[in-house]
Amino acid sequence: MEQNDTVGGRDSAWREQLRGAMPAKERTAIPRVEMPQLDGAYRVTCNEEVNQGLRPEMAVTEASRCLDCPNPTCVEGCPVGIDIPGFIKNIQRGNIAGAYAVLRRTSALPAVCGRVCPQERQCESRCIYNKMKKAPVAIGYLERFAADSAREAGVPAGEMPQSNGKKVAVVGSGPCALSFAGDMAARGFEVDVFEALHEIGGVLKYGIPEFRLPNSVVDAELDGLRAAGVRFHTDTVVGKTLSYERLLEMGFDGLFVASGAGLPRFMGIPGENLIGVMSSNEYLTRINLMGAGRPGSDTPVPAARRVAVVGGGNTAMDSVRTARRMGAEKAFIVYRRGEEEMPARVEEIHHAKEEGVEFMTLANPVEYVGDKTGRVTAMRVQRMELDEPDASGRRSPVPVDGAIDTIEVDLVIVSVGVSPNPLVPDSIEGLEVTSRGTLAVDENLRTSLPLVYAGGDIVRGGATVILAMGDGRKAAASMAESLLK
Amino acid sequence: MNRIIQKEQFSEKVVKLVVEAPEVAKARKPGHFVIVRCGSGGERIPLTIADADVAVGTVTLVVQNVGVSTAKICALEVGDSLTDLVGPLGRATDIGRRDGTVVCCGGGVGVAPLLPIIKAFKEAGNRVVSILAARNSQLIILEDEVRRYSDELIVMTDDGSAGAKGLVTDGLRRVLDGGDVAEVVAIGPAIMMKFVALLTKEYGIPTVCSLNTIMVDGTGMCGACRVNVGGRMRFVCVDGPEFDAHQVDFDEMMMRMKAYDAQK
Repeated sequence: MEQNDTVGGRDSAWREQLRGAMPAKERTAIPRVEMPQLDGAYRVTCNEEVNQGLRPEMAVTEASRCLDCPNPTCVEGCPVGIDIPGFIKNIQRGNIAGAYAVLRRTSALPAVCGRVCPQERQCESRCIYNKMKKAPVAIGYLERFAADSAREAGVPAGEMPQSNGKKVAVVGSGPCALSFAGDMAARGFEVDVFEALHEIGGVLKYGIPEFRLPNSVVDAELDGLRAAGVRFHTDTVVGKTLSYERLLEMGFDGLFVASGAGLPRFMGIPGENLIGVMSSNEYLTRINLMGAGRPGSDTPVPAARRVAVVGGGNTAMDSVRTARRMGAEKAFIVYRRGEEEMPARVEEIHHAKEEGVEFMTLANPVEYVGDKTGRVTAMRVQRMELDEPDASGRRSPVPVDGAIDTIEVDLVIVSVGVSPNPLVPDSIEGLEVTSRGTLAVDENLRTSLPLVYAGGDIVRGGATVILAMGDGRKAAASMAESLLK
Repeated sequence: MNRIIQKEQFSEKVVKLVVEAPEVAKARKPGHFVIVRCGSGGERIPLTIADADVAVGTVTLVVQNVGVSTAKICALEVGDSLTDLVGPLGRATDIGRRDGTVVCCGGGVGVAPLLPIIKAFKEAGNRVVSILAARNSQLIILEDEVRRYSDELIVMTDDGSAGAKGLVTDGLRRVLDGGDVAEVVAIGPAIMMKFVALLTKEYGIPTVCSLNTIMVDGTGMCGACRVNVGGRMRFVCVDGPEFDAHQVDFDEMMMRMKAYDAQK
């Protein structure tokens, strides 16, 4: 994983040349690129990816905005520490393979991260342009451009490294698991990934919709991992199909648990078990993984006219935008705080609005009402107002006395977070669990069992793709060190 | 892909399939279930495990044709394959020596998952009385196998075409009146389990039921299978499938199972 000439460090002659080629004043005068996107009215009629990606000339211009800072603070904002100026400057000089190689050094899934990372809160929030009161360099768009262009040009993702004779098993195949698998394979480990579902990719497949992250993009990243020697096994629940003891018997030297967050949370309010009230996990899984609503799929999904989605995160946005595409006339977000406080990526909120999604903020469901067959027909919503900031730093919502509205709905999607899935912790004896139900790990992500490491949502309880990937990298580094001692 | 190596037609709508699944065969215990998928556009549906052969590496599934997916599975022949089979899922039955008779009540295809439980309770040294119930004699399945592991077998049919005429609860009441019952296990249609639970509650006998709700992933992720047990929301796939029958809200469960009836 060392740097090579084709990629180049900041001191390379070509980097210096690029820095000198244009005065900073001229660079900073260039406006931030705008992502070409499909029209809102058109995209609710289909599942096509909303963001169309930058064209090469747009990417080069945007890349030239980057000042190639001596101490790039953007890198500190990235949970996996991608060499951001390194890949951006390679884009600027037209070396896609070089840009891709820089990305691959720290990320197994650059095409995914370029699409789903909350850049505005990570790398882009630390860009020097913010200090100049200007829009930051579009790092996420450029990452996606580099990864997509490399894929389209057939740049190989990696090659099979020399085996070190050790074998590791990975539980789950979401972003955390894949990033671990990629790093371990690069270090010469034999890697077997065990996935409970019938498709590889975890939340990238069942959760994030096609219009935000096409499956073909995920599949291409998986092919890259296969080329590096990673083996994938579907329909296998570690702890159930294969016990921990059985894995040791099969010759695995280490186990990495990245089984995800699992259990959807509900609010415990009356009527929540009515037909037509379901978790966002169920709704998105039916549609994204099972293809409900598409020809040839046996999986049903409720046909709904008025859809309420409860929550303000990315999963809530994915659900409400999916509902519009599934034909809902009215699809709206119900969120107990204000729009400012929503945890969703800003871009998702914009996109949702462009697609005709309505936002009912400062509103909290208190009851669902059904007809005599048990189908939900209405929800009762308590109006809220914002009080002082709470522990999370967000202003906490409090009910407005007597302000309760009844709203007609025929589908409610509950998207208020997830709890850790007890499946793996319960079925491997000796795995220590925290009071929140997550796996207990030390600073190296090692669990109470010396051969078992864990990361992602099963440790964090619910986070982003990139934080999960950061865990995968960290666990790979510490497990590799311990196994190769 | 899991190949079918044996098929038997139990009745017009019910088939027995012996399916290759070596790791599942090794790992499964009484009470577990699997999720299967048939065809590339196939739905994920839960099926109970009736038996397993570790040496050959197979599990036995009993499937009743009640909709699109089960119809596809019932139409599979020897040599065909299930596209996916994953398991064993859920928590295993709490088997052990009980202080008194264990009564196992099976309704319809519920007899299939009951069989390994009967066997295990018997092997744990219990006196086991089994009650099989169905609408008519044609729909009584696995009678010989159940008889082999039961100290006493009672067959009940709605029309009296086999065994005694009456419902499972009629047979059960007779056994309960005989005394010395430590535990009742009931597996069958929700309505049957509901009435078994109502009856055993009268007698104060601990009762376990196994729920077969709608599921998607079967690993706790979607919450489609949620049921109300003693006022708490529980997930059948990871918290069950067995629960204290006296605590289950069967009416709500039956309502929820009709969620997609209109789309069948």
